[in-house]
Amino acid sequence: MSNVEERVKKIVSEQLGVKPEEMSNESSFVDDLGADSLDTVELVMALEEEFECEIPDDEAEKITTVQEAINYVMAHVS
Amino acid sequence: MTKQVALVTGASRGIGRAIAERLATDGFYVVGTATSDGGAEAISAYLGDNGTGLKLDVSNSESIAQVIKIITDTVGTPTVLVNNAGITRDNLLLRMKDDEWDDIINTNLTSVFRMSKAVLRGMMKAKTGRIINISSVVGATGNAGQANYAAAKAGMVGFSKSMAKEVGSRNITVNTVAPGFIDTDMTKELSEDIKTTLLTSIPLARLGQAEEIAHAVSFLASAGAAYITGETLHVNGGMFMP
Repeated sequence: MSNVEERVKKIVSEQLGVKPEEMSNESSFVDDLGADSLDTVELVMALEEEFECEIPDDEAEKITTVQEAINYVMAHVS
Repeated sequence: MTKQVALVTGASRGIGRAIAERLATDGFYVVGTATSDGGAEAISAYLGDNGTGLKLDVSNSESIAQVIKIITDTVGTPTVLVNNAGITRDNLLLRMKDDEWDDIINTNLTSVFRMSKAVLRGMMKAKTGRIINISSVVGATGNAGQANYAAAKAGMVGFSKSMAKEVGSRNITVNTVAPGFIDTDMTKELSEDIKTTLLTSIPLARLGQAEEIAHAVSFLASAGAAYITGETLHVNGGMFMP
């Protein structure tokens, strides 16, 4: 479980250039971590690659925080 | 040092071949595409050690996905894409069939969307990229008998500007080169009458050479053009001055 959390945070950290200790699970990509719309698309693409899954657009739109990304991966990737 | 990879569609002859040869001279590893195996072999032959030819149907998403995967796996992600492949199906609008319209939009315009999207992921990761779309003076001026071709070529300009705005923050530039009348197989089909009339409208009083388009592309792909994006470079001997 913590493994998924660590991997998600690592990707968010790499994509958005934020140190893992500077983000909390509740951090919003756009409001707290300074992501623009292109960043959020890239972030979803990076999550897809890391967890070898395809995230549909309507699901991707709902992933706006670190915790939501963790939840999505936990629910959809075995 | 590994070479940067440049991908040029429609590279078996004409302007595409001149662009592929020019980029190879500039030091890129060039992948040129053609619609037939014979065309792909011809490209491999003229590029020698500096590149290779691959068969690609730009109107087919699956063909594009396959080719991009082959390129990425074998020589690396392309950081330069030249969307050059194009066809004509000229007809007066009153006689133009739906398939004459659809073929042109699909092959000349939708292909640009598909190809650009296909290479974008790699370019975003590389944090560098140059997309150069080969339009036409006809896209800016219009031309009787070419409503389909002109619409596709003008569409490329709007596409390029929009994409330039979207991906500028990732150090990717998107520009258009709009050739005038260039001495290629495509313009050899024009009648002598039309050519004579055409020449009177060109201040430089001659058709352009494919190499002269290739030089413009070479410039836009070069380090010196890093701050140019969303621009259309007209190379037409002065026949149209925007």
